[in-house]
Amino acid sequence: MEVANETLTTPAIQEKAVELTGSAALLEALIIEGVDTIFGYPGGAIMPIYDALYDYKEKLNHILVRHEQGGIHAGQGYARTSGKVGVVFATSGPGATNLVTGLADAQIDSTPLVCITGQVFAHLLGTDAFQETDVINITTPVTKWNYQVTDATEIPEVIAKAFYIAKSGRPGPVLIDITKNAQIQKFDYKGYVQCDHIRSYRPKPIVRQQYIQEAAALINQAKKPFILFGQGVILGSAEQEFKAFVEKSGIPSAWTILGAGAIPTDHPLNVGMLGMHGNYGPNVLTNDCDVLIAIGMRFDDRVTGRLDKYAKQAQVIHLDIDPAEIDKNVKTTVPVWGDCKETLPLLTALVEKKEHTEWLKLFNEYTQKEVDAVINDELNPTSGEMTMGEVIKQLNELTNGNAVIVTDVGQHQMVACRYAKLNKTRSNVTSGGLGTMGFALPAAIGAKFGAQDRDVIAIIGDGGFQMTLQELGTIMQTGINVKIIILNNRFLGMVRQWQELFNERRYSFVDIQSPDFVMVAKGYGIEGKCINEREELVDALKTMMNHNGSYLLEVMVTKENNVFPMVPQGCSVSEIRLK
Amino acid sequence: MSNESIDKQEFNITVYTENQIGLLNRIAIIFTRRKINIDSLNTSPSEIDSIHRFNIVITESEEVVRKVCRQIEKQVEVLKVYYHTNADVIWQEMALYKVSTDVIAEQVSVERLLRENGARVVVLRKDYTVFETTGHREETDALINILQPYGLIEFVRSARVAIIKDSEGFNSKLREFERLEPGEDVIENEYLNQGQKVFTM
Repeated sequence: MEVANETLTTPAIQEKAVELTGSAALLEALIIEGVDTIFGYPGGAIMPIYDALYDYKEKLNHILVRHEQGGIHAGQGYARTSGKVGVVFATSGPGATNLVTGLADAQIDSTPLVCITGQVFAHLLGTDAFQETDVINITTPVTKWNYQVTDATEIPEVIAKAFYIAKSGRPGPVLIDITKNAQIQKFDYKGYVQCDHIRSYRPKPIVRQQYIQEAAALINQAKKPFILFGQGVILGSAEQEFKAFVEKSGIPSAWTILGAGAIPTDHPLNVGMLGMHGNYGPNVLTNDCDVLIAIGMRFDDRVTGRLDKYAKQAQVIHLDIDPAEIDKNVKTTVPVWGDCKETLPLLTALVEKKEHTEWLKLFNEYTQKEVDAVINDELNPTSGEMTMGEVIKQLNELTNGNAVIVTDVGQHQMVACRYAKLNKTRSNVTSGGLGTMGFALPAAIGAKFGAQDRDVIAIIGDGGFQMTLQELGTIMQTGINVKIIILNNRFLGMVRQWQELFNERRYSFVDIQSPDFVMVAKGYGIEGKCINEREELVDALKTMMNHNGSYLLEVMVTKENNVFPMVPQGCSVSEIRLK
Repeated sequence: MSNESIDKQEFNITVYTENQIGLLNRIAIIFTRRKINIDSLNTSPSEIDSIHRFNIVITESEEVVRKVCRQIEKQVEVLKVYYHTNADVIWQEMALYKVSTDVIAEQVSVERLLRENGARVVVLRKDYTVFETTGHREETDALINILQPYGLIEFVRSARVAIIKDSEGFNSKLREFERLEPGEDVIENEYLNQGQKVFTM
């Protein structure tokens, strides 16, 4: 009992073993790994861990969520803003299966997570015991690594491996399933040693000077070079190295939505967003550049459009930490394997200082065309209902680009990513690869725990909000300060847009009704307001930002607005439509 | 698109792994996710304690095989992956044939059968006899055809095992793997360049 009450926290190997339960050993491990926040939900098979947690309340801040999916999205939000590993607890069976969407999301967006699930007693495995599911096999395709612990003595080593695998190389989610007997079992705990290598695992490829030289030579002779950057820059904490490379080489640079904010949105060489709803110039000029330099991005189909018409004229340099990404979608001329924090400075040293004035001017001309055809009407409408774009524009005035913007999935996501001003890295949290509706509210909660000194603003559609709105309860209970903007167009807008453009306006089940969101928020003790008129917008946003605590602002926007530009599916990026 | 099917051929994928529960599943789903059928799968301990070797045969284009191999190599517990065409390997499958001893003794020239098919007798009992043969698919198939008319009772064929022709120093490199703790630069993460020594990954 004494041992359990005074928590140990002993980083190195101890001379004398101490008797600990598996549960206590797990919590000791978390503390040594620097974990301060856990998002979780208790249940039968994880009760021994929760019992041990009762004694660790001072050291580990456990956030009780309202659903395990909310827990894992919160873990993702936390990881994305803090740069640390997100930690999630869930029980066996339904608790564990509720994690699957978040695991898939974290896997495709390379978010470091360690999820701990309880499991039935080892002797019951395979007997269809109460709340038993085969979590390891269910989660195998959506985890970087997973492992089932059936004996407490394994716990220190396995947890050390879990953290190492989750955060090293290309990060990803790890799930550790611990049977109840292992949680209860007492064993001789000899301390915790962090893992720094695994024989069969090479998180970072060796950097090859030969490829650096070849890449630099290509860049130096390029007339129209173009940089595409993704989340790899942020995950590698290589923002400074990246900025130095861009500024010395003078190359126009465009971002994938997960790369947003790696350099400030108003940097003169930041030419905008790539992809289906990206900016006009970056898409069209992808098929005009002579050297394409992809940094920490994976050529998602939403970025490339039709692959056989994608940058065929260009020589491609691909910097990535994951060798499996090279040549996966786009054939590479020079592969630069490695951590871009290491490869970028080597490349910067070899590239000539240049200014591609004429080439950059071309991007600016396209920007002007886009402003005239799309952006002006979206950001500065003077009549009619409000647009999503003008809400983001007014928000930018108030945040000045310093807030963390968390978005859900759909039209509002594309608009927010297109127009939000971001001055700092780790400011954009969104579900990119998986496109998980319901992501934003719980992710915003986690994002705030990961960056407590920053303003966190969740921008969510009326559809996605209804998928995880129970997490308002988490906000209520923790008293955390998250601003929520619902852009309500009374439609599942993105699907409706596709139905309008490609299915002859056959609006099949996209007409979604919503409750009174403000009243729902009030039910959770969260202040809120709904606005309909343009004149109210600025004041309402100010009220929201100045409010001491969480606040929900519902903005009624145009019902049938479309997000443009758009690269229709099956088309080349240069066939991007302005209307 | 249509060119892809023309380019398809058998590839022999060799995977060295840690001995870990669940790894077979992790590797198998890389194929099933892409709807690739595994023609043959053999997994067994290698000559090094704790390191396992998989031999996987699939029929695909080299492009697909290369991508699949990279995905396999990406798994935490996978040490190394190689792929080779049939021309690059020497391979064998083993087959067992169970027949009625009476029938076979009466109606077949057993001596000739064994000689012509490179087969041998594994078990000889009053009630049944088990033959064994080793070879390529056509060779093991040939013996089925011969024995079928004489009341073949049971037949089983093993997965393919393959030895790589150009695998100079494999064993010593594996031994190095065993000795060298990772983190050192000895094994580079880049098996991708063909023509390079296989272990300079």
